[in-house]
Amino acid sequence: MSTVRLKKGFDINLLGAIDGNDIAFTAPSRSVAVVPDDFHGIIPRMEKKEGEHVAAGEPLYHDKNYEDIKVVSPVSGTVKEVRRGERRHIDAIIIVPDEGNDAVTHDIKGDAMQVLLASGLWVMLRQRPYDIVPVPGVRPRDIFVTAFDSAPLAPDLDIVLAGKREYIGKGIEVLARMTDGKVYIGVRENQSIDAPGAEVNTFVGPHPAGNAGVQVANTVPVNKGETVWTLDIVTLARIGELFTTGKVSHDTVVAINGEMVETPRYVQTVMGAELTTLLKGQVKGEAGESRIISGNVLTGVKVDADGWLRAPYRHITVIPENSKPDEFMGWASFSPKRFSLYRTFTTWLGGLKRPVSMDSRIKGGERAIVRTGEYDAMLPMDIYGEFLIKAIISGDIDKMEQLGIYEIAPEDFALAEFADTSKLELQHIVREGLDKLRAEMS
Amino acid sequence: MNKIEPAFRPGGKLSKLESVYDGMETFLFTPNATSRTGAHIHDGNDLKRTMITVVVALLPALLFGMYNIGCQHYLAIGEDVGHFTKFVYGLLAMLPVIVVSYAVGLGIEFIGAQIHHKEIQEGFLVTGILIPLIVPINTPLWMTAIATAFAVIFAKEIFGGTGMNIFNVALITRAFLFFAYPSHMSGDAPFVKLDSAFGMGAGTPVEAFTGATPLGQVATSVGEPTMTNIVNHPISLFDAITGFIPGSPGETSMIAILIGAAILLITGIASWRIMCSVFVGGLGMAALVHLPALQSTTYPASMLDPVMQLCLGGFAFGAVFMATDPVTGARTKVGQYIYGLLIGVFAILIRVYNSGYPEGMMLAILLMNAFAPLIDHCVVSSNIKRRARRAAAKVKEG
Repeated sequence: MSTVRLKKGFDINLLGAIDGNDIAFTAPSRSVAVVPDDFHGIIPRMEKKEGEHVAAGEPLYHDKNYEDIKVVSPVSGTVKEVRRGERRHIDAIIIVPDEGNDAVTHDIKGDAMQVLLASGLWVMLRQRPYDIVPVPGVRPRDIFVTAFDSAPLAPDLDIVLAGKREYIGKGIEVLARMTDGKVYIGVRENQSIDAPGAEVNTFVGPHPAGNAGVQVANTVPVNKGETVWTLDIVTLARIGELFTTGKVSHDTVVAINGEMVETPRYVQTVMGAELTTLLKGQVKGEAGESRIISGNVLTGVKVDADGWLRAPYRHITVIPENSKPDEFMGWASFSPKRFSLYRTFTTWLGGLKRPVSMDSRIKGGERAIVRTGEYDAMLPMDIYGEFLIKAIISGDIDKMEQLGIYEIAPEDFALAEFADTSKLELQHIVREGLDKLRAEMS
Repeated sequence: MNKIEPAFRPGGKLSKLESVYDGMETFLFTPNATSRTGAHIHDGNDLKRTMITVVVALLPALLFGMYNIGCQHYLAIGEDVGHFTKFVYGLLAMLPVIVVSYAVGLGIEFIGAQIHHKEIQEGFLVTGILIPLIVPINTPLWMTAIATAFAVIFAKEIFGGTGMNIFNVALITRAFLFFAYPSHMSGDAPFVKLDSAFGMGAGTPVEAFTGATPLGQVATSVGEPTMTNIVNHPISLFDAITGFIPGSPGETSMIAILIGAAILLITGIASWRIMCSVFVGGLGMAALVHLPALQSTTYPASMLDPVMQLCLGGFAFGAVFMATDPVTGARTKVGQYIYGLLIGVFAILIRVYNSGYPEGMMLAILLMNAFAPLIDHCVVSSNIKRRARRAAAKVKEG
């Protein structure tokens, strides 16, 4: 057990935080969706057709390259639609739940990895390098579990864990069998956890201290040729539950918060639940005035009001889309309300810790990188962020490797993307770099 | 704005001015564009704000420069006039230079942006105000125009525009003038405006008049250097700090420059690492050449007091506004210390040991501009090596 103090990064204090720890219940979801894009690295091959019945935990599709990797239905019901987009890309698989409680029970005595693959929990894991669903057959050097989420307005994972805390020990035991190294758990200050068999490290500091990549880089960094797995504590508990009861729990607790939410709160629901039920009467203002994000404001995905909860199924943020249309000469603003980390604006005079309102405007045009050190200040890793980004943009594979691309995921650059004066789409750039590298290596 | 927009879009009557329209629109209104991928929220800061802040930091030097032009002018012609008159004279003298600098520079940027169908970028906002501040006031406008055009095209646009240039554009302008028209750039003539500005302040110089800058006098002096102002009164350190001496408009007043430095450092735009290490490097080198064993009348500038060295000429202005240009300077933290130190050292070296050129700051910064990528490369290489060693150790272990 050691304590890692991180200085770099920043906690953006947004309006609309949840008051209290109560978990509310909503009406059952009338439809549930699985979105293949949530599981990067998997090329879906459907196992179920439209109109077919699925049990909870029954595979909907598998990966083209590794057929053992299954993505399952979170509910028992009927496949209503396989929604396809351009070039037959599967956008979403929509399931209408039925009254039945059909659920798959796994034989947990078998090979643990096969059980995990078949259960659908495998796709909740990520591997470094490349930030993809782990490739079966590659034994990870170590496994890293994050026990807290440090992103803006992020849910308290202790609450999301709800009653599943007791399965953590079992989860560690199962994962420990899959690596020759250790299972590490990263907790924040004053977070207590009972984790026999795991090495617990405390991370003190602002976001992105809770990012798996930051925790790995500040414990035992990933080198070229090595693979580590990362997951969150909730998935760990689900794995523990699977290997205790034989069933996967698809229930989840979701934090619904943000400036445009009437009453920010935790809600108990099911993975992939529809937002019309979850957000009923909760979104302020007219339609189109708010942006609904499944996930946090830095790494989440924009979803429609009639969309569905997306992986990792624990957070919905609603912020204003554009709170100041046609702002006149915004660059000349002296208003302390125009939030900026930098002292070129006046926000800092009133303190940067106060809750702020932020909309989704980019507030500037895309430029070449001009200011120095912006990325590094937001990235607590031994990495020259700016040089790595330049290497990715110029497609220099060797440089990317040398500068440590194996250690990062797009989410690690999310805060830098927020802070970037030049308004570059850093997460998109990193994702393209990782994909390119993976294509090159295979 | 929205009403006239269609005319500027492709197919519209004025589509050739699309970049100009976009430039004006984003200048007047914060873009309404919301994020599509990645982070949903963005910091309020953008490059416009950053550049404007630098311009604000330059204002004290600009205003003082105008006032000082008037002071020097009326001192030269031996007339005693009020402060306001002096300022207005300076304003009238500098206005054409500012207009020419912006018109030429922005004109080229607008055309470049339209050719590449890109947004107009903000880089020239700062360059355009730097140029009048570092070009001697008596430089003919056509020279300034040619030099600006040369610098913007060959030092910036061919490298890909704002953020891509290797050399500081304003300094390239100055260097172009210096090497293309050397006779206009040194000696008595360039630094004190003697003729009238828009009919204001006509007169003939007094008999004792000499227009050389203090550093120019030092460079050409024989024996113990003496420095005088333009009517032969000796110059003290106090004059060098307040800035009532001849020189390029922006560079004379330490006070105005330090106000600008404070703005840049408080807002965090300039790297304090670079700024401080330039002064440290310069002071160290000036002290070194001032050692009794190294002083020599062959190199009269070596006999200058080290502090005086830093307060004269363009050293402070260069350290605060030019060396700290993030695009052309070193970008790693360690690199910034090295970069700054070497600028200070080279500036003094050139000043002292190159008698052909009394001012070394411009060449020192341009030289280090060229070396900045190399310095960064070395610093980043150490990170790369550390990572490689880590991987190698791991392989051994396993």
